[in-house]
Amino acid sequence: MAKQQTSRVNDFVLKIANVNGTGSASANSLLMKTVFRMGVPVTGKNFFPSNIQGLPTWYEIRVSKDGYLARSGSVDIMVAMNAQTYARDLKEVAPGGVLIYDSTWPRDRLLSRPDIEIVGVPLARMCNERFANARTRILMKNMAYVGVLAALLELDREVIVQLVKETFAKKQSLIESNQEAIDLGIEYARANLQCPLPQRVAPLAKTGGHIMIDGNTAAALGCVYAGATVGAWYPITPSTSLMDGFKSFCERYRKDAETGERRYCVVQAEDELAAIGIVLGATWNGARAFTPTSGPGLSLMSEFLGFAYFTELPAVLFDVQRVGPSTGMPTRTQQADLLAAAYASHGDTKHVLLFPADPRECFELAVTAFDLSDRLQTPVIVMSDLDIGMNDWMCRDLDWDPAYRPDRGKVLTAAELESAKAFHRYVDVDGDGIPQRTLPGVHPRGAYFVRGSGHNQYGGYTEDAAEYQQVVDRLAKKWQTAATLVPEPKIRRAREAARVGVVAVGSCDAAIEEALDGLAAKGIHADYCRIRAFPFGKSVRQFLEQHEQIFVVEQNRDAQLKTLLVAETGFPPARLTSILHYGGLPMDHRCVTDALTQFAAQGVAA
Amino acid sequence: MTSIAKPKIVHQGLKRNALGLTVRDYEGGMSTLCAGCGHDSITAAIVQAFFELDIAPHAVAKMSGIGCSSKTPAYFLSQSHGFNSVHGRMPSIATGASAANRELHLLGVSGDGDSLSIGLGQFTHALRRNLHMVYIIENNGVYGLTKGQFSASADVGSKAKRGEVNKQPPIDPVQIALALGGSFVARSFSGDKDQLVPLIKAGVRHRGFALIDVLSPCVTFNDHEDSTKSYAYAREFSHPAIHADFVPPATEIKAAYDEGAVLPVELHDGSRVLLRKVAKDFDPGTRGAALEYVRAQQRKGEIVTGLLYIDGSEADMHGVNGTVAAPLARLPYEELCPGRDALLKLQQRFR
Repeated sequence: MAKQQTSRVNDFVLKIANVNGTGSASANSLLMKTVFRMGVPVTGKNFFPSNIQGLPTWYEIRVSKDGYLARSGSVDIMVAMNAQTYARDLKEVAPGGVLIYDSTWPRDRLLSRPDIEIVGVPLARMCNERFANARTRILMKNMAYVGVLAALLELDREVIVQLVKETFAKKQSLIESNQEAIDLGIEYARANLQCPLPQRVAPLAKTGGHIMIDGNTAAALGCVYAGATVGAWYPITPSTSLMDGFKSFCERYRKDAETGERRYCVVQAEDELAAIGIVLGATWNGARAFTPTSGPGLSLMSEFLGFAYFTELPAVLFDVQRVGPSTGMPTRTQQADLLAAAYASHGDTKHVLLFPADPRECFELAVTAFDLSDRLQTPVIVMSDLDIGMNDWMCRDLDWDPAYRPDRGKVLTAAELESAKAFHRYVDVDGDGIPQRTLPGVHPRGAYFVRGSGHNQYGGYTEDAAEYQQVVDRLAKKWQTAATLVPEPKIRRAREAARVGVVAVGSCDAAIEEALDGLAAKGIHADYCRIRAFPFGKSVRQFLEQHEQIFVVEQNRDAQLKTLLVAETGFPPARLTSILHYGGLPMDHRCVTDALTQFAAQGVAA
Repeated sequence: MTSIAKPKIVHQGLKRNALGLTVRDYEGGMSTLCAGCGHDSITAAIVQAFFELDIAPHAVAKMSGIGCSSKTPAYFLSQSHGFNSVHGRMPSIATGASAANRELHLLGVSGDGDSLSIGLGQFTHALRRNLHMVYIIENNGVYGLTKGQFSASADVGSKAKRGEVNKQPPIDPVQIALALGGSFVARSFSGDKDQLVPLIKAGVRHRGFALIDVLSPCVTFNDHEDSTKSYAYAREFSHPAIHADFVPPATEIKAAYDEGAVLPVELHDGSRVLLRKVAKDFDPGTRGAALEYVRAQQRKGEIVTGLLYIDGSEADMHGVNGTVAAPLARLPYEELCPGRDALLKLQQRFR
């Protein structure tokens, strides 16, 4: 069969199949960063097991000159390092693609394909001959395939050399051995294989002003910059790296150079019930406090979330969503906590949600979350997910406005309390549904009782129907105010007037952008509204009204975003069509492309 | 109207403390607990202790969970900030409060259901963190608000009002605290104000987690003759190990105490508790011995009261964390934000 000759320069997907716990992460990140430093847009997705060692793991790198950051939906080059998954890895390669395997061991002849090129490289043998230590041999096998790929893809060796130096800056010996293994691979490929492949990398200048960062790290930075001082958490995948990041940034920026004293306090709680309690204890006292978690943790926090809603205490939560229900698939991604988060807890409760679409927005919306939470005196939940939180995304540099000052909301100072006639905690003094609050220890006149039990507008205990209703009706009014304060949606208008609209949240964004570009090229036009917050503001309602048919794209089985839209806007469900992607892997453009193509075809037929 | 304000009448001659406040300034709303409830005596002891310590009421944060005991913060220190949290979760609120503002005096009031059943996890972890707070368990062995079920501290053989006999062994917070490294472990009886007030004062001065388990008979559901947490039972079998007098440095009168019977313990702030030994060989500085003593007396059906263990040298949560001295909540934003240049520099590592 003739090989496909179409140029795939800077436009292909490389996937590495490996066994977890073998140290392949640094090799994979080295490959991705090399492409990035060569100026070519790139993204990496890690598909890892909920396990420490020995199970299959994959790393998918998409090289895209057009800057598409979602998965493409196919694999052009597979590095099959795991015999366990060889059969399925072979199957996944697109026709015309390449499979590279370790030819140290014989390959099952039945596992073959005529429509792809299969390249054997004796990686283990080469490393066993070169390195003495057993552990080094395993690790260097990964670096050896980096070398092979460097030759096949024409990666810049100087860039690789520099990255190796930076990665292992603390250990000179590691720099040497890693570089040696990489060169081993390069030399073998140059001597024995046809280099380069049609799928290769050529320098571009499209990554300037960009960084490669994961959402949890970016969110952690947001917490530092927002001035959060108290963090409480219980470790849970995939949110853990958020608190790890916060701690490491605080060690760098918040530790007194002379005394070693810390201007922050992180408490690893006994469970998520305690984690949210610690956050509330801290915000009650005026600190900015947060907790990162995932679905199961959010379930445990529900009781306190209702308490915070009713007693009107700020709290910032990061729900880095994973696959549910129950334990689900902890290392796979989903957007299936939308309803659980929006209405967490018993009784009439609603919570403000923010939906970042990439790490840069994790940084920005983290800061927004603290401001909104303080302003509205209520929990704000940042709905990230595993794909955003744990994968490295290429995004524009983070920036910071030096003029930023936190909005701490209506917190009365000692001087204000001194001159006030009286202070009543839950009176709607400004008519926006947001009362004034005080902090313990500030002034004798500021004392009040935080209670989850029925209370009147003065903060006193009550079981009186009218007094109770006055308080919860004001909370409903505050909710209306929230809808005017939350971030606006991002709206992308089609080049031509469109009767179709696409609505989505969060990490669906990259796939939708790519789908809409592709559809527009085929003459199918749709507008796109990426909702960034709940409650939905006026512009979300307007967008819905403006379109005959709305496609709601989301990553869960039960169309939770659609449910929220119907429940909260009263929009007719018949005009909302769901596009659902919920298998746990990050979505690619195809489900959106297919649904809109089909709809357009029906329209033409009708 | 479901809460009752207490009329405030201040006699001209009423004693004033160093802040010029009278004991009335430390009181709260009228108790809505049953008449004769042991909890009300504890409320009175708290009022007395904070008055005598000259602590400004608004510098105190009083916290509780859910239950009869957890209602009591409404009945004392009305000028303090209060926090009535969800059931069994007050320790986490206290942890966050301490993290944000380490200058506040934290007082937690809980019950046996709140701390030993639903909240056992949070109770033990606050203990483990050596959170700087006073933690009072108003212990009556029964669920009052839900009408008389056994709690986890009910003794074997205890009979409920409807005749059911408890067959499960009790959870003793004092023994838990001793076993888990509690730095201040005490027990008292609600009807013994002379012992309770000094214990609360010592607990306030202790830097770390001060547990005071207070037997507090429930007059409605657990004060019949078959209960081990009744007034009659406690008066007969309560066994004071040590009588604790708290003496502020300014007014210490050494002469009043007989050398042989008194053990002075220095607290972190320089003030001291003077412990009057009742048992001959008792030493509140030895954890193992304290635990053994409590158990030995328990086997005899006796309840040891007094300050059973104290160690002021252990670091509290902030000591372990190395937090700055100023409350985190009051740090100016400029000291928290690394600034734009730092952000631009940091991003080199992400390229």
